[in-house]
Amino acid sequence: MRLDHPDDRGRFGDYGGAFAPETLMPALKELEEAFVAAWADDAFHAELDALLEHYVGRPTPVYHAGRLSEELGIDLYLKREDLAHTGAHKINNTVAQGLLTKRMGKNRVIAETGAGQHGVATATACALFGLDCVVYMGEKDIERQALNVYRMRLLGTEVIPVTTGTGTLKDAVSAALRDWVASVETTHYIIGSVVGPHPFPWMVREFQKVIGEELRSQLDGSPHAPTPDVIVAPVGGGSNAMGIFYSYAGDDGVRLVGVEAAGLGIATGKHGASLGEGSPGVLHGSMTYMLQDDHGQVLEAHSISAGLDYPGVGPEHAHFKDDGLVEYFSVTDDDAVAAFHRLSRTEGIIPALESAHGLAWIIANAEHLEGSVVVLNLSGRGDKDVQQVAALHD
Amino acid sequence: MTDNGRLQLAEMFEEAREQNRAVLLPYLTAGIPDVGTSIEIFAAMAAAGADGFEVGIPYTDPLMDGPVIMEAGEMAIRSGVTVDVALEVVTAIVTETGKPVLVMTYVNPVLRHGIDTFFAKVRAAGAAGVIIADLPADEATPFMAAAETSGLGFVLFAAPTTDDDRLAGVIDADPAFVYAIAEIGVTGERTDASSNVARLAERIRRLSDVPIVFGVGISTPDHVASAARHGDGIIVGSGIVRRVLEAGSPAGAASDVGAFVGELVTATKRG
Ligand SMILES: Cc1ncc(COP(=O)(O)O)c(C=O)c1O
Repeated sequence: MRLDHPDDRGRFGDYGGAFAPETLMPALKELEEAFVAAWADDAFHAELDALLEHYVGRPTPVYHAGRLSEELGIDLYLKREDLAHTGAHKINNTVAQGLLTKRMGKNRVIAETGAGQHGVATATACALFGLDCVVYMGEKDIERQALNVYRMRLLGTEVIPVTTGTGTLKDAVSAALRDWVASVETTHYIIGSVVGPHPFPWMVREFQKVIGEELRSQLDGSPHAPTPDVIVAPVGGGSNAMGIFYSYAGDDGVRLVGVEAAGLGIATGKHGASLGEGSPGVLHGSMTYMLQDDHGQVLEAHSISAGLDYPGVGPEHAHFKDDGLVEYFSVTDDDAVAAFHRLSRTEGIIPALESAHGLAWIIANAEHLEGSVVVLNLSGRGDKDVQQVAALHD
Repeated sequence: MTDNGRLQLAEMFEEAREQNRAVLLPYLTAGIPDVGTSIEIFAAMAAAGADGFEVGIPYTDPLMDGPVIMEAGEMAIRSGVTVDVALEVVTAIVTETGKPVLVMTYVNPVLRHGIDTFFAKVRAAGAAGVIIADLPADEATPFMAAAETSGLGFVLFAAPTTDDDRLAGVIDADPAFVYAIAEIGVTGERTDASSNVARLAERIRRLSDVPIVFGVGISTPDHVASAARHGDGIIVGSGIVRRVLEAGSPAGAASDVGAFVGELVTATKRG
């Protein structure tokens, strides 16, 4: 167990910390204590591991994408988080935080969601554990992710539309944090990525790092691919990327690549490239790279993918960027949609638009990657995006 | 008047203590509904007996604010109220009323300016103190150092959820006053008077005689009267901001809010 990061103020280098209203601070300390105790408790691990195996369906397969590999001249493997229960990596975190909610004796859960995958995963965990659940979702996202809104309602969750600000993920996080300020005594906030005030970025990373740990053991046994040369993952808040990168971070010889949303193109200003184009500041309780104007106001992000449409990013990614442990690039809406189609046609796998960003980077860089073993974190499946992509062609 | 903001605040509390009353510190977002009118509204509140003010510098993601103050903030940002514009409003209020002004904002606009630059500018504008809603004592050290260098009072929070260890940390950090959060939740009007104020004041008093100012959820003369028995001051925000947003005309806003503040001021007298 690597509990050496972050430091005792919740900092990853210069990033992280807890910039939250005082009302929440005691709950953040309580959560940290509950997490540390649970993570050191074999009984918690046993319960979580059993759920990950029998309920979530872990380990998720590593699949060698043969046809696409041949077309691209690389050796492409997909870490199939799309095959986890509910269709994305988000469930790894929500099942663990759901267990923790029960341990803390709280009976109500709130969450934010962008693409709806974290909302569905939270609604699912709450149904599983018998917890009341409220999910905040921007009105713009409610429109473009109608399927997931209905799934949450089927699971017994109340979905509250957020109309303030930009009506997307940023405002949903703010709305959830405001609810938490009022409800903190009875409610746990299951945040959906490696973002927010300490201890969330650390705790969510610990709950997602199973992805990379599995990958290591799965590839170690493979005669074809003892070690990956490059691991690629999309970066919204950064949880699937942190999940697959963490056990490889600092390993010489494995190149780690995070792919942000370039939206309509970096030059248009309509993108979600917080690491690539942003600057350090405090968003949603932690110091990190964010999109902001000269006055420190948070800017609207843009991406076709609701899960990448966020003007901030987890603080540990900010640290990894400055330390050069991970390289971050970005991919436009158009290239992501092209990759969405290409994976569907060549491999029979419809990826989430978020994951398609990672693939688009690989396609664009196939020439430089020739002959290498490349692993893409296929963070989710694309059912939720089918309607939106269909609408593009009308 | 002293030229140190922290001492200015201390004198304000001292005078009210001698008169057996709490100070009233109304909150309004700078430049709401427009820059000129907001200055007139502050002047009307001063004429009605307000002891000082909290002037809000708007921020896009105000995590401590409910719908009313959020709406005011969005409106201010849309109409171009930057830190510099808000500080012009502060200067006008100080010049016109002579009352101490606290600037209230969130941490990111301060960081973007640079902590030292921000505090120097705020002091140059004539303000007496700074309140940062999402800055807990744990992260406050560089901000408090900058406040001290610039001669500004810095404020830290205590909430009903704050445990004794944290409360001791807040007191040890030696703020100009403790902003005691009367309700668990974001800013906004409430029907009932807070049931937390007596207990929270008693817990702070056990440790220190630092001035205690209650805020969050205090919106009627009755709420003010009940909080005044336990603290040195009261902040009223949403009740005032809502009246400004709902007023039909600028002149109407100043007179409505002036009359309301007059009632609140009456309620600050103890006994
Ligand atoms: C499938 C999928 N991938 C990626 C993301 C982006 O989030 P993160 O960067 O935290 O993995 C989301 C978020 O909704 C998602 O649903």
